[in-house]
Amino acid sequence: MRQVAIVGVGYSGFRSISPDLSYKELMYEAAAKAYDDAGVDPRRDVESFVSVAEDFNEGTSIFDEYVPDQIGGVLKPVHTIPGDGIHGLIAAYMQVLTGAMDIVMVEAHSKASNVLTLSDVVAYAMDPIYNRPLRANPLFIAGMEMNRYLYKTGTTEEQCAQVVVKNRANGFLNPSAAYGARLSLDAVLSSEPLSYPLKRLEVSSHADGAIVMVLASGDVAQELSALPIWITGVGWCNETPSLETRDWESATYARNSAEMAYRVAGIRNPRLEIDFAEVDDTFAYKELQHMEALGLCREGEAGLLLEEGDTELDGELPLNPSGGNLGVGHLLDASGLARVLEVVLQLRGIAGQRQLEDVETGLAFGWRSIPTTSGAAVVLSN
Amino acid sequence: MSANIENFPGTPLSQADFDEGKILTTHWKPKLEYGWDAGVAISRYLAELKNGRLIGIKCNRCRRTVVPPRVVCEWCWEPMEAWVYLEDTGTVNTFSICYIRWDATRAKEPQIPAVIEIDGASRGAGILHLLDEVNADDVTIGMKVQAVWKPAEERSGSITDIKYFRPT
Repeated sequence: MRQVAIVGVGYSGFRSISPDLSYKELMYEAAAKAYDDAGVDPRRDVESFVSVAEDFNEGTSIFDEYVPDQIGGVLKPVHTIPGDGIHGLIAAYMQVLTGAMDIVMVEAHSKASNVLTLSDVVAYAMDPIYNRPLRANPLFIAGMEMNRYLYKTGTTEEQCAQVVVKNRANGFLNPSAAYGARLSLDAVLSSEPLSYPLKRLEVSSHADGAIVMVLASGDVAQELSALPIWITGVGWCNETPSLETRDWESATYARNSAEMAYRVAGIRNPRLEIDFAEVDDTFAYKELQHMEALGLCREGEAGLLLEEGDTELDGELPLNPSGGNLGVGHLLDASGLARVLEVVLQLRGIAGQRQLEDVETGLAFGWRSIPTTSGAAVVLSN
Repeated sequence: MSANIENFPGTPLSQADFDEGKILTTHWKPKLEYGWDAGVAISRYLAELKNGRLIGIKCNRCRRTVVPPRVVCEWCWEPMEAWVYLEDTGTVNTFSICYIRWDATRAKEPQIPAVIEIDGASRGAGILHLLDEVNADDVTIGMKVQAVWKPAEERSGSITDIKYFRPT
């Protein structure tokens, strides 16, 4: 099978508002940096363009049409998919695998600050006939899942709050994170309840930004980059939209995504073979639930490992060194690409103050947030 | 119609079935509001509209001046920074005579949307606007037109600061 590597990354942001740039200019800035990083000219070298966007997040129907100009894709193969950024990355990866393309780019962005009724857009994701008429804020879905997860595993509210303390502190070391902070456990625990047992500071805040990555096939990647970051495994999975029958305990979509990615990558024991991971932490408990589902520890063990410092920057298995969604900010469709971005920076050894030592293999996992059970995973090695 | 219609005639639906609630549906009115940041290029464009002027931008590599302006040339990927003031006159590239309104109801007086190649911009570079003060039957491709502006105190930095274009 062909080898595929990430040979260039670029990003713009991340910050709570971005009134200085249009979404097109955010995308352009990220794309220009990624092409410069990869040493490619998009008009001459990039053969195909994949963007990730959701019409309701953009406020434009058939948003695909507004993509090509600012990423250099005019009069070239361009398509847009709705999903997490990692779904887009996998689409680009597969295009290279076909052999039809050698250099493909993927883009995702967030202009969350421009969506003035963002919670209505989230509510619009719920079933219109048998769920939405109840008119409950969809955050209750996270509250219900957290409740069941704590009940099943014995994980404590304090452990969930500790995720916030860790990730926002990591964000403090990340110049591109919008919400870096040094918080006390008490500050998190005493923040107001939003939907029991979920508290305000356990919910990631939205941020604006754009991320672009350039992928290339084996030989081309070797020519372009002194340090290509190889995509060794990909996997993705949707469970069910049904709030009535889904698995509320263990994030099966994450388990299936990871099992597929590990199978492709030839990983038998992820606990030993994965050096660090960036996993979705849109809500604090999600980092712990995802850690278990991704096979990085046993069920019910994530909270304990967190307490012992295993997932800190200097721990056995650092989780979300970037700060995650809690520290960096939730980037809507680009959230998963932000996870991949950090894995790439770490594997290149250019993550600055938060650089991990001796890392060779990292995992990135993205989730499409409530009310979905939709996830995507990618394993990367230097 | 299928030959089987005799054997499987189906159950016809009437308006009464809907009116009497025999057919169940759920209605929802979305609340979707956006405040798009105009950004570097379009903010300047809008600010100049408020001033009663059209401004474009030139790609020095492609030697092409476009309007509305943008930060990158989509042809060659060169950053665009050379601002160029344009005339408020131009030539109709194409037009249509539209007898249905925005909400799809029928209009007695048609609207005439047109792409107008602006004088000072490159051939093929124009803006979309409406034509007025002209009989719909008299509009032609290639017709010379000029912007009719709102009074300065009514302009807000919007494409509607130009009310319409009319023949010169």
